[in-house]
Amino acid sequence: MTTEMAEPASKIELPAGVGGGGEIPTFNITLRVRRYNPEVSEEARWDDFKLTMYGTDRVLDALHKVKWEIDGSVSFRRSCAHGICGSDAMRINGRNRLACKTLLKDLDTTKPITVEPIKGLPVEKDLIVDMEPFFQSYREIMPFLISKGHEPTKERIQSIEDRERFDDTTKCILCAACTSSCPVFWTDGQYFGPAAIVNAHRFIFDSRDDAGDMRLEILNDKEGVWRCRTTFNCSEACPRGIQVTQAIAEVKQAILARKM
Amino acid sequence: MPTKPAGTLYRGREGMWSWVGHRITGVVIFFFLLVHVLDTSLVRVSPEAYTAVIGAYKNPLMALGETGLVAAILFHAFNGLRVIAVDFWKKGAKYQRQMLWIVLAVWLVVFAGFAIRHLSLALGGH
Ligand code: HEM
Ligand code: SF4
Ligand code: FES
Repeated sequence: MTTEMAEPASKIELPAGVGGGGEIPTFNITLRVRRYNPEVSEEARWDDFKLTMYGTDRVLDALHKVKWEIDGSVSFRRSCAHGICGSDAMRINGRNRLACKTLLKDLDTTKPITVEPIKGLPVEKDLIVDMEPFFQSYREIMPFLISKGHEPTKERIQSIEDRERFDDTTKCILCAACTSSCPVFWTDGQYFGPAAIVNAHRFIFDSRDDAGDMRLEILNDKEGVWRCRTTFNCSEACPRGIQVTQAIAEVKQAILARKM
Repeated sequence: MPTKPAGTLYRGREGMWSWVGHRITGVVIFFFLLVHVLDTSLVRVSPEAYTAVIGAYKNPLMALGETGLVAAILFHAFNGLRVIAVDFWKKGAKYQRQMLWIVLAVWLVVFAGFAIRHLSLALGGH
């Protein structure tokens, strides 16, 4: 059944060429993807894809176009496609970004756009890395509320100021963009990494939590906060705009303050 | 374990490159100190050998090397203060970039002052 539906006449007078669809500018790009498939070869290689994309498209849309229309074997992770699930952190033009939050038009489209897996975690295939070491560190800092005493019958009340104290670090989506941008983490995979410290910060400075000391003890480890060399790569990589280096510095100070 | 495919260089910004510079200058200073401790300790072994070695430093190439060493120490020292500020000053992380520009400006002024004096003494007349 096909029913042709005429659009109701617009009440607003628009000059010809304005309004209507199909006017989003298109442009051509070359997407240069780092390919790796251990079942075929131990060597990684670059594959170039020439695409025509729209001004509203993101790097994720370009990857979709490649996967759906050109080469179905291109592998990457994504879920929400809207910057919330933290699945698609990758290295775009040399910097860690979420593919779903990086508009193509904001990149230099005269040159190939390079897309690589994040660094420091074992690559499984193409843009997919093994996130387990990352989540291992996350689990170790006990990312959940620990409270002493009786369970209250109502909610745990917190002042606006106390909530504000750790607001920044509540925004983390565990994408690993920060940890895998850290030069210390690249060479020392044992380092807890910025994301684990950010999530520890979220509870250490929460007035309702009683295990701050335990977490500070964990992060006082030789693979803990003292590994941080303040390169600020993490703060610049975080798609949520979390001031990661600031949070790490606050944890460093809290450890020292507790010792005194 | 699959090998990690090496890709492009990570495009870090001021913070990363200042850290690279800090580590390189730190290592340079360390090796200089090592040599310096060795040559100075020569004086206990044989004062003549010590005089000969120290005398060998008095040539234009060494003067240039010394200038480079001072450049490294100055950068390391000033940027070291910046790193301390990032860690312990409340607003350190926020102003890290501005602090780096200050470090580089102070470095340039102090180093230029030193270089002019040192090189004119070592290379030029007396
Ligand atoms: C003169 C002899 C010195 C030597 C041999 C030296 C060597 C080093 C080395 C090898 C590092 C490690 C860098 C890294 O892991 O990233 C370092 C870090 C550091 N140095 Fe020095 N340094 C010297 C003098 C100074 C001075 C005079 C200052 C400050 C006034 C300073 C402040 C620092 C700081 C704050 C760090 C930590 C930087 C970071 O975490 O990246 N150092 N130094
Ligand atoms: S702190 Fe930012 S970059 Fe790091 S895991 Fe969380 S959201 Fe991602
Ligand atoms: S796909 Fe969910 S954050 Fe990008």
